[in-house]
Amino acid sequence: MSETNQETLEQPPIKLVMNQLPDANVPFESPLHHVELTKIAEHSGSQGGVVFRELSLGLLTLRCTPNAEQAASIEGILGVALPSNPLTSITSANGELTVMWISPDEWLLQVPQDKAFELESRFFAEVSGHVSLVNVSGGMTVFELSGNDVVKVLKKSTPIDFHDSEFPVGKVVSSIFAKSGATICRTSEQTYQLVVRRSFADYLWLWLQDASKEYGLTVMG
Amino acid sequence: MSQKNRLQDGGRIDRSKPLTFTFNGDSYQGYAGDTLASALIANGIDVIGRSFKYSRPRGFVAAGAEEPNAVVQLGATEATQIPNVRATQQSLYQGLVAASTNGWPSVETDFMGLVGKLGGKMMPPGFYYKTFMFPQSMWPTYESYIRKAAGLGRASKEKDVDRYDKMNQHTDVLIVGAGPAGLMAALSAARGGARVILADEQNEFGGSLLSSKETIDGKPAMDWVAEVVAELNQFDDVMMLPNSQVNGYHDHNFLTIQQHCTDQFADRAPNGAVAQRLHRVRAKWVVLATGAHERPLVFGNNDVPGCMQASAVSTYINRFSVVPGNELVLMTSNDGAYQTAIDWHDAGRHVVAIVDARKNPQGSLIDAARERGISIMVGSGVIEVQGSKRVTGVSVAPLNDVGDKVTGAIAKLKADTVASSGGWSPVIHLSCHTGARPVWDDEAIGFLPGPTVQKQLTAGAINGVFTTHAALSQGLQAGADALAHLGLEATDSSVPTTEDVTQGKAMALFHIPHNKPTSKAPKQFVDYQNDVTAAGIELACREGFESIEHVKRYTAMGFGTDQGKLGNINGMAIAAKALQKSIPETGTTIFRPNYTPVTFGAIAGRDCGELFDPKRFTAMHAWHVARGAKFEDVGQWKRPWYFPKDNETMQQALNRECLATRESVGILDASTLGKIDIQGKDAREFLGRVYTNAWAKLAVGKCRYGLMCGEDGMVFDDGVTSCLGEHHFLMTTTTGGAAHVLEWLELYHQTEWPEMEVYFTSVTDHWSTMTISGPNSRKLLEKLTDYDVSKDHFAYMDWKPMTVAGVPARVFRISFTGELSFEINVQANYGMHVWNALFEAGEEFNLTPYGTETMHILRAEKGFIIAGQDTDGSVHPFDLGMPWAVAMKKPFSFIGKRGMQREDCVRADRKQLVGLKTIDPNVVLPEGAQGVFDPKAPIPMPMVGHVTSSYWSACLGRSIAMGFVKGGHDKIGEKVYYPLADGRVVEAEICQPVFLDPKGERQHV
Amino acid sequence: MFHIFCPHCGEYREEEEFHAKGEAHIARPLDPDACRDEEWGEFLYFRTNPRGIHHELWVHAAGCRKFFNITRNTQTYEILEVYKLGEMPSVVAE
Repeated sequence: MSETNQETLEQPPIKLVMNQLPDANVPFESPLHHVELTKIAEHSGSQGGVVFRELSLGLLTLRCTPNAEQAASIEGILGVALPSNPLTSITSANGELTVMWISPDEWLLQVPQDKAFELESRFFAEVSGHVSLVNVSGGMTVFELSGNDVVKVLKKSTPIDFHDSEFPVGKVVSSIFAKSGATICRTSEQTYQLVVRRSFADYLWLWLQDASKEYGLTVMG
Repeated sequence: MSQKNRLQDGGRIDRSKPLTFTFNGDSYQGYAGDTLASALIANGIDVIGRSFKYSRPRGFVAAGAEEPNAVVQLGATEATQIPNVRATQQSLYQGLVAASTNGWPSVETDFMGLVGKLGGKMMPPGFYYKTFMFPQSMWPTYESYIRKAAGLGRASKEKDVDRYDKMNQHTDVLIVGAGPAGLMAALSAARGGARVILADEQNEFGGSLLSSKETIDGKPAMDWVAEVVAELNQFDDVMMLPNSQVNGYHDHNFLTIQQHCTDQFADRAPNGAVAQRLHRVRAKWVVLATGAHERPLVFGNNDVPGCMQASAVSTYINRFSVVPGNELVLMTSNDGAYQTAIDWHDAGRHVVAIVDARKNPQGSLIDAARERGISIMVGSGVIEVQGSKRVTGVSVAPLNDVGDKVTGAIAKLKADTVASSGGWSPVIHLSCHTGARPVWDDEAIGFLPGPTVQKQLTAGAINGVFTTHAALSQGLQAGADALAHLGLEATDSSVPTTEDVTQGKAMALFHIPHNKPTSKAPKQFVDYQNDVTAAGIELACREGFESIEHVKRYTAMGFGTDQGKLGNINGMAIAAKALQKSIPETGTTIFRPNYTPVTFGAIAGRDCGELFDPKRFTAMHAWHVARGAKFEDVGQWKRPWYFPKDNETMQQALNRECLATRESVGILDASTLGKIDIQGKDAREFLGRVYTNAWAKLAVGKCRYGLMCGEDGMVFDDGVTSCLGEHHFLMTTTTGGAAHVLEWLELYHQTEWPEMEVYFTSVTDHWSTMTISGPNSRKLLEKLTDYDVSKDHFAYMDWKPMTVAGVPARVFRISFTGELSFEINVQANYGMHVWNALFEAGEEFNLTPYGTETMHILRAEKGFIIAGQDTDGSVHPFDLGMPWAVAMKKPFSFIGKRGMQREDCVRADRKQLVGLKTIDPNVVLPEGAQGVFDPKAPIPMPMVGHVTSSYWSACLGRSIAMGFVKGGHDKIGEKVYYPLADGRVVEAEICQPVFLDPKGERQHV
Repeated sequence: MFHIFCPHCGEYREEEEFHAKGEAHIARPLDPDACRDEEWGEFLYFRTNPRGIHHELWVHAAGCRKFFNITRNTQTYEILEVYKLGEMPSVVAE
């Protein structure tokens, strides 16, 4: 394992940033691993009104009330400024990084899985003052829903208003989803991401299959 | 039977689409466009059910939601049974199967009918309570008999095969009712650019226009409706919901709509389709265009089949092309009802007479009736009808000017149908749901919607205006008003032209007097569904019930599933007369949700079966299932309870798991424990404030157990918190308490101590946590890591970062079993890999998976508490015998400190947690058993505390228990007795709650 | 079902996203140890429970997880204003 801080154990690190990625031969199991989406995808038609896939991303929770200096160093690391308007998100030019507003002092960062540790390390080294960045990649997963009937399924699941006038592309909300919760982001005209907790993933997968039934569900492996 | 009452042509039915259906076992035919009610009337069915209390035959009264009698059981198969369906609102479909809900053993020959007939006078209000309550022991017998006889419909005995669903909707304007007012409001709002939902209970939009011969803009009214509907369909932001009953109006303009999707067309929904959908609507503005229900008049035997609302008769003739009889007597207090006699006459059947309570009615409708040669008896009323299963004749008598006395000789006429109209009651139900009190209006002779705080507009007959012109113009205005409120602009729209007739003044008449006193006259029904009569209401008033709310409860008026839609105003008028007050002085009861009965399916939606409650799984769940684990619910988590092998009993499995752990090594999936990442320079101080013990000196790399209390000093959670860095901690909480603890920390940070620099982030799901416990756990861990985990390098209550089975891990040397233990935490995406690797490496040590029950036993052997099992919100750390976990000298007055020092909390005789050893080591005390000091004390014995945890300990070969005993900490060695429900008294010795390894040597190896 | 404006998210949300946390402006005594039992009991248990204007603490539990205050009429259920912690209500009982 690697650590940014190579102090000895007799003198433990002040703040430990831990690369949580294992050896290459250790299998990655997403929260829906047991469902075997790839197998389902082989038998799922392509004509469904709703299209589902699970995205495996590096996810980090940033807590901060940035002062000017912090804002500058964070922008330096991310390449984009933290979205300060409530319920907005921003994606970097190369599409690798998305930052979602969660709360006035909280953002969710999405990066490729192998970039999480690098991001943590740079925050640790470059952002001073009161800030907390926590790797939550194992605790959440991302469901991507798209298709002509996607909004109907969302309306069955959460009390949010998805009308174009109220929910433009880029908007992000955290809300009730079925009997669990989700952070919902509209990533394109007809595509929505749901960031959900790992332990609820199976329940929400059952829920979404059932809610999509009348429109047809296409699963992507 | 042929459709003997069906007319040759006309109506909104499709004669090219005949439909076959079954009622009470007999097969009939109707047409597409029929309701079940119109099809039954077409076939000459008079008796649809039996009444609730007197079991009298009952027929159709109305043609819509207000129908009190024609409430049927629907369903062709057991699995598709739906009770409480109003035949007047159910569209006919091919193969529909319906049955009467009232009537046992059958509608035609009814057993209770005898009681009703014999007992007519013997069954006043309160009859069941007064008669059947004694002897009390017999009530269950009476009740089941009465219930069966009353026949309120039944639920299916099988699982409902249909799918139900809910959908959340948002709109600028929700319009309730698609009659002329609602349609006009929708058109106006939609043209102005608003988001609109238009909902109507009927299968077609049009409301009153569906059964009217009027013209609008010079065209038949329904042509105008078709044009409006076509235009509304062009708007993307207009949602049209026919077959949809707006059933509840709740705070802040939240309304529920029950949409019948397929159950109006088929017994069972086609595969995948949803039978009913409940729309949960948040509307910026609501327009109530709910119309009005015609009020029938109250007279003797007015429940005999053939007695109907005048407007319902017109609806059946004009909309469904069905005439519900041959010989009509129409009784009215107003001009409008004359239209019914005209419709009847024009349908080619005989109008015996129009009986008008007014002395000198004048108006164009009266002229139209006269032109047709219809005889009009003015200043008169139908005081009673003859017949039992169908009206055979009527008695007409002259009335005085105010209509409360019979003034002359009684004439008898032959008739089979009596249509009556006492005017119209605005449908104010939804406006009442949010608490608005209705207001009486003398002009409208009815209650109107009262003042409200909701963003609510009203249009049409709900406002007591009963012409189509008024409905259209108020609808247009409501649409414009809604637009103005929304900041939108109305387009130029004008009120369509109508040819409304002028009508004379109506008379306020509710109850037709009889020549005998009300109490001696034939029954005059006010509330058909609950068999409430005019005599019953007068009796209630005589017995001293003066408040209308009391009268309602005494007589059960308005308590039926129809909520007294037809009867309530008549009942209030009768009560007012009896109390010699005006109707507004008497007051009104208000209506509550729901407007009509809603199926449980629609309420439950898809929150049933597998989706009833979320099941939360750890990353190793599939392994547990494959290994045959029995599961326990902890919050929403499914945790392995125990892992039986072969044919083991639960106790055998537990014994094996306990012994294997203490002798070699066991493993527990502890991933469900709540975990909170805490960072910031004030994190340490914050911990000191929310935990009862000291945190100032916990070094990096160290772990510590803490108790969390409320301000009252009572323990609500516990767990181990580890210092990851000087300003960085990982807190663990109980599985069930995780969400509450996180909110608790945020509450105090945000409200009390916002200046503290600390952030909390839930990482419960992020880490897979597997605890290996037992003397061989170190050897097992050594096989999977290069890290030095020896005693000297990795001490008890330390944590170390290391790689386990190729995965970076945080390993905590903490123990809940009293054995040498390592809690391995890895990112959950790799949890299964590490778990598998542990089993591969653990084979030589007989690595044994154990569940929550063995965990409970192992910790109880050590006297460790479980928050929520050994605590119940009324015990503080000293009660638990844990003074070592409280640092009273901390500089900040931590949460719970002041509370646990209150006078009551420092009593010596508080219930205190102790160990309990039964004198007979083979007896396991039941958890929850109450202890006493003197088992010979007279009952009720003074109870001194209950057993909180009790198990068979295979390791100790005896039972062990923990529990509360008054002053128990000073009673070590004394006896306490547990008298059990089965008569046994179990004797136990009070002891220290540490049964195994009191010095804690095993965990320190 | 209330419709509640979250002052942090800046829009109306359904009640099911929120948790009610009781009466607002109940500050923890600065020196609990100096409180008499009655004073501590007052702080712990006694609330005004008014008919009419009431100031309440709520948390946007399923949303931004921020606490804030609501002024609500307990008779009509109207929400008269929402305001952030540290701010004082502008609508108060007479």
